[in-house]
This record gives sequence, C-alpha cells and structure tokens, in this order.
Amino acid sequence: MKNYINYVAATLAIATLTQCKPKSASQVVTGDAASKVYVAPGKYDEVYNFVSGGFSGQLAVYGLPSARLLRVIPVFSQNPENGWGYSEETKPMLNTSHGFIPWDDLHHVALSQTNGLDDGRWVFVNGNNTPRVARIDLKTFRTAEIIELPNSSGNHSSPFLTENSEYVIAGTRFSTPLDGNNDVAISSYKENFKGTISFIKVDPTSGNMSVPFQVVMPPFNFDLSRAGKGPSHDWFFFSCYNTEQANTLLEVNASQRDKDFVVAINWKKIEEYAKANKGRVTTSKYAHNIYDDKTHTATSTISEGIVQFDAAELKGMIYLIPCPKSPHGCDTDPTGEYIVAGGKLAATIPVFSFSKIIKAIEGKQFDAEFAGLPVIKYEAALYGEVPKPGLGPLHTEFDDKGNAYTSMFVSSEVVKWNIKDLKVIDRKPTFYSLGHLMVVGGGTAHPYGKYLVAYNKITKDRYLPTGPELSQSAQLFDISGEKMEMLSDFPTIGEPHYAQAIEASKIKDGQVRFFKIEDNKHPFAAKGEKESKVVRTGNRIDVYATCIRSHFSPDNIEGIQLGDEVYFHVTNLEQDWDVPHGFAIKGAATAELLVMPGETCTLKWTPDRIGVIPFYCTDFCSALHQEMQGYMRVSPKGSTVKLKWSLGDFSSDAPVAAATK
Amino acid sequence: MKKNVFRLLLTGALATILFVACNSEGTKEGEQTTTTEQTAAPVVAGQSGVVDDQSQKNVVGIAVGSPDHTTLVTAVKAAELVDALSNAGPFTVFAPTNAAFAKLPAGTVEGLLKPEKKDALQEILQYHVSVGVYKLENLKDGQQIDEVFGGKVTIGVKDGKYTVNGANILATVPASNGVVYVIDQVIFAPAKK
Repeated sequence: MKNYINYVAATLAIATLTQCKPKSASQVVTGDAASKVYVAPGKYDEVYNFVSGGFSGQLAVYGLPSARLLRVIPVFSQNPENGWGYSEETKPMLNTSHGFIPWDDLHHVALSQTNGLDDGRWVFVNGNNTPRVARIDLKTFRTAEIIELPNSSGNHSSPFLTENSEYVIAGTRFSTPLDGNNDVAISSYKENFKGTISFIKVDPTSGNMSVPFQVVMPPFNFDLSRAGKGPSHDWFFFSCYNTEQANTLLEVNASQRDKDFVVAINWKKIEEYAKANKGRVTTSKYAHNIYDDKTHTATSTISEGIVQFDAAELKGMIYLIPCPKSPHGCDTDPTGEYIVAGGKLAATIPVFSFSKIIKAIEGKQFDAEFAGLPVIKYEAALYGEVPKPGLGPLHTEFDDKGNAYTSMFVSSEVVKWNIKDLKVIDRKPTFYSLGHLMVVGGGTAHPYGKYLVAYNKITKDRYLPTGPELSQSAQLFDISGEKMEMLSDFPTIGEPHYAQAIEASKIKDGQVRFFKIEDNKHPFAAKGEKESKVVRTGNRIDVYATCIRSHFSPDNIEGIQLGDEVYFHVTNLEQDWDVPHGFAIKGAATAELLVMPGETCTLKWTPDRIGVIPFYCTDFCSALHQEMQGYMRVSPKGSTVKLKWSLGDFSSDAPVAAATK
Repeated sequence: MKKNVFRLLLTGALATILFVACNSEGTKEGEQTTTTEQTAAPVVAGQSGVVDDQSQKNVVGIAVGSPDHTTLVTAVKAAELVDALSNAGPFTVFAPTNAAFAKLPAGTVEGLLKPEKKDALQEILQYHVSVGVYKLENLKDGQQIDEVFGGKVTIGVKDGKYTVNGANILATVPASNGVVYVIDQVIFAPAKK
C-alpha cells in the first residue's frame, strides 16, 4: 500500500514539475504547437508515418501528429524479441546469394500507388548493402517478400514506384564489373565497370515481385529517382554523380565536373523493347523470399539468370540532362511537369520542365554524346533555377498548393518555395543537418500536405544526453499556413533516412487482428491441445505445442537426450485480438518467439547439458502469466528415459516414428 | 492467490482513480483550447468498449449473447464488473440463469440492483468468478476453487454430472478469456465466522 502512495506522490510531483518547466526551453516553438500535436488518450493519429530505420535495417511506424511510435517492423535485421530471422519460418526471409544475411541498411520507403495516389496496400523498402527490395503487407504490418538484386552494389537509388505500382525501380550506387567479367583491375574502372538499373515488376493482385530485366548503364553512381506523373507517366528520372568515373578518393575526384546528370528513362518504351527482344542472359544468382500467411512460413528460392539490355542499344529511350554538381534528390512535382534536382554542391536548385525535355528531344537540341548516350542541352530542358535557396540542397517534396520544400543539408534548414515563380517563401532551421524531408503524400499526384517532417543527421543537445551514442532526431512542421511552424521534435530508431506518410483511413480498417486457426496450414500446427504431441525421428524431436491463457501443452517433457535437435512448433490457440504468447527456453542460443493468435512459430533448440530445463511465456498474457511455464528433462545420449509428455494429469507415452535412413 | 487478486483489484481501483483524475484535467484542457477537435472528454470505457466483431467472445460477450442470462448481465453492469470481466483474465465464471435468480426470495434481485447495494452485489458476483481456467475435463469431485471474493466453492462430480456448491452445471461455454459454466442456482459464500 505504501508503494502505491509513493507512486501517487511521485506522479503528482512529476505533474507539478511539468507545469513549472520554463517555456523558454523550446525557443523555436510558438503559439499552440502543443495542442496541434496533442492526441488525446484513446484517440487515433491522423496519419501513419513509415520511417526507415537506416542502419537498424528495420522500418518504424509513427503516428502523426503525436509522433508516437506505433511499431517497429523487422525487415532486414534479425529481431530476437519476436524471433524474426531466428524462427525456422522466418529464417528463409533473410537468405541471399551470399547465404544468410541477418542485417542491412534500410534507406528508402515507397508506398504502393494506384493512379498516382497512395493506396495503402504495401510499402516497399530497400536494403542498401546486400541489394534487396522488401515488400511489407499493410494488412499485417509484416515483411511479406524480399527479392535480391544481382549486379547491384549499394542499392541506394531504390525503391521507386510508377504511378500504378507497375514497376519498382532500383539503381545501383556502386558501379562494379558485372557477373561474367568480375576479376579485373580496379584501375580499369572506365572500361570494365558498369552501373545497372533493375526493373522489378509488381503483380497487381498479390504484390509479388520479379525482375524481368536490368538496364546496363555507364559506370556512374546512381543516387535517387522518381517516376513521372500524369503527362510524364512513362518516364523515370534518376540523379547520378561520379560521371567523372573515378574509382578512388571520390570526395575529390567525383566533384571535378561542373555538371553531372539527371537521367531521363522512358520505362514504357523499355518495357515494350524488353517484350520484343531477348536481351543477354547472365549467370547472376539472386534470392527471392516469400512469406505465406497461411502456412506462416517463408520459402527462399535462388534464381539464376537475369536479362540485361545495354543502355546504348535503347535508342530514343534514355537521355542525359546536365545538372549542377553531384545531384542528390531528383523529385517530380504533383503535376508531373517539373523535375527538381538537388545539386548538393550547387548554388541553385535547377527545375527541369518535362514538356521542354520532350521538345528538346524532338528538336534534337543535344550536346555531344556522353558514354554513348544523348545529352540534352541544359537550357533546353531547364524551366528555371531557384536562386540562392540555401546551402546543400538535397531533397524536395510538395504540398497541395503548388509549393515545394527542399532540405538543405549544409545550412540545416527547410526552404519553402513556389514551383511556378521559383521564389523562396519561407525558411526554417532544423536541429541539426537534415537529409530527407517528407510531406504527407508529398510524392503523389495529390499531396495531403498539412505536415512536414525533417529527418536530421545530428542530434547533439536536443534531448537528455545518453552518452556518446544518441538517437537521431525528426522534427515535425505544420505547413498548412504561409510560414512553416515547427511543432515537435522526437527521437527515432536507427537512422531515419527517409519516410513516407499516408492518411490513416487508407490503412486502419483493413487490419488483420489475428490469424484464423482454421486457416492455419502450418505442417506442424497443433490446432487444439488434443493434437499436442512429441515425436522423435532419429535425433530430431518435434514438439507440437500449443499455448493459451495460461499454459503450454505439453508443459512437461522427458526423454530428450543430449545430441538431439528439438523443434518447438508453438501454436497460439487464442482467437482474440492482441493476445500473443511468448516462448522462451533457458539457455536458448538464438531468440525467443512471440506467437500471434492462430499462428505457429518454430524455435530450434539444441540442448547443451544434462538437466531439467525450464521454459515460459514472455508476453504478459493474463493474470496467470507467471504460471505459464514448463519443464524439459534432458538425459545423456542413449539414456533409457522414455520420451513422454504431459499437461496436468494427462500423459501418454510417445510413439517413436521410424528413423529416416 | 487471494492476496494477488486483492492486489490486482486494488491496483485497478487506484489506476481508475488516477485515470479519472487525469481525465478531468483533460476535459479542462479541451475546454481551454479551441483549435483541437477534441472538445469533450470521452466516456471512460475500459476494454469492454473495444469494437471487435472478429475475436472469439469473452465471458461478458457470452453472457450478453445469451437470452437466459439477462438478469446476470444486468447485475454485472450494476456491479460495474463489465470491464474487469472483459480484460485478459483468464476467468472461470459460474453463470446463474434467469431462472436461477428467480428462485431467490422475492425482491432480492431488485434490492441488490440498488446503487447503495453495489458492494453487496459485487461480493455475490465475485463469488461466481475465479481467476484461472478450470476446464470441465480437469474438474474432480470435492475439488475446491478459490473465487475472487468469498472464499472457495466446492465442485461435485457424480455419475458424469457436475455441480458447484450443489448448483448443477448445465452447460460449458468456452470464451476467449476463460470458460463459462451455466448453473441453475445462485451460489453464496458461507457466512463469515
């Protein structure tokens, strides 16, 4: 009782303290910012915000405007808290042509679109390091598919979607020698190295991905991209740098030329060309991993052979547009007419006009070819330049009122400007040094607007200090008025590299609350306690286990021997929203499991000693959660202890399946 | 065990007080700011307020869905136990039918439903609830089960028929958060010594 009194006192003390906090602590926040981010208990946020976790390899989901962290979705990195990448069912998801890769660097987020609008079905994300693209199903908020991209290194220019999610485009950052010609001198970069752009086809019903072909490009570094919209629907625009084609000290050597390029690619024509031409089939191997919600199990297939086309053979489909100084972002506005490139070392922001680009192509207003590709004259493609926008322009997103918002890394500010007259309207500092920014629906044909979030690289004194390693920061702005207003500042997981946001109404009502037990097609599912059993096959033991408030069946197992491999297939029998059960074994060298209602998950456990080993539920499931436990007896190899299992008074001897030869 | 339940209930009570306190503060704030969409504090509903037509029914949902348990449902509401019984549990609930309540002396139910009798009603109802799932196939003759309030009930198993404190168990209904045994009498805790 005393404890409760203390607790109440402490709560009151905190409340009092909060009220006494001086307002001057937040210098840039004014007016009623607090009320604009306040979402009352039990109320929902207005939008889902999908924020990449950068080097964490995962995807975070925040609600805006509250900035409450709703979920971290494991994608490329193992996650011992729920068994992702550890359970037998999910291990195949992290398979690659390099074998099992338990981590990656997740940079970009692309919500699926229909008619240029976010449709809330899937979100695609990239693995930068071991080049992969993942698709997350927004009914379950789980990673449903991961496909590896051969002949790509540093899958940075990825994933970017066409207006109807026909294709996901993925360009390589590193150019490398391609498969079949790998063992070459690094100094032979210009002759032997190539860039690639992979075309990933998305099945419109299932969302399943395939890589029908790749385009082999000159050895530039491809950075970012956007598909066209409306009139420019058939096109993609890529930024690239290192057109110097340097292979060392890029910091200096890739900054020599005054202009690099924006690459305009007519994906529609290339698609037609690919249908009519066979292309070159390489020996490249790549993994394709799919998770099935019915078997609750992933499969990984290694495919071999990919079709390639050389950029030079795609006449009339690929054009280079000179762009000042190592462009980074390359963003198309909602109308599809304007392409904004952020030259990170440039003094202006060039805005290209799609209609002028088409006229320039028709009128052959070209400079000399570069690497075998036509180069459109800069002025012929240019709509205009935003003068003195700030230092280090990177990325641009758009609101619903004809304005653009560009992140300025070097000067650490968001700059709002008008697309038509190219005049700067407002600038606000961020704390500190933002990379990407995002506007809700800011990459679509009809942005939702209202909120902008800046994702910063440097945190320093923004929050209570936590030693040398600090969480990175995001800052939320209200952009509904003429001037931007900073509302709040919140820490994120990993590196919040890029993000997208979508109206909650497009996602929230389609959620899967639990898996129906009758639909469970897992080969080792026990769909009721009567089906729970233990089966020995040679030195493999399969435990068909169930869990429900508040016990496992079986919860006593004997007859396991040192040298056995034990597979715990745990089926959660609950059919109730938000009642997962955990499963943890003392000394388990891998992870625990978190099993959703109706699901079956498998933990492989290899006993390392003789004795009685406890297991228990790790998810506080009920008032008797602490009673949810069991024991396994491990005996020496060759022991005469019979295999048996029980729950309560019920027990039986195990049938021993014939050992497979 | 008993202590644990008591602690749980106590925590719940304190949490409720704190929540209510915070909520009234929230109301004030809501009134002060005109820019927010939230103007009034929502009615305080616990887990019973969750809109969920997909999950298996919990013990309250089963009682509500049964035409034979309207008196019990009325009583559970009057005793403000709807939220507690909608929570994770798990519970074993002995659910007297309308006919069972009708066997009580005239006026008993009406008397217990009066606001000033809420404590007494809660005590009676909590003698019908145990925290834990006691499955029928695991029940043994003479087994005692500790209830949330009022001590233990005694299970009888004879000739394949099950009773609790002499009341017949008429039916077993599994629930998401436990099990409901339909019984033909209201059961009472033995008088305090």
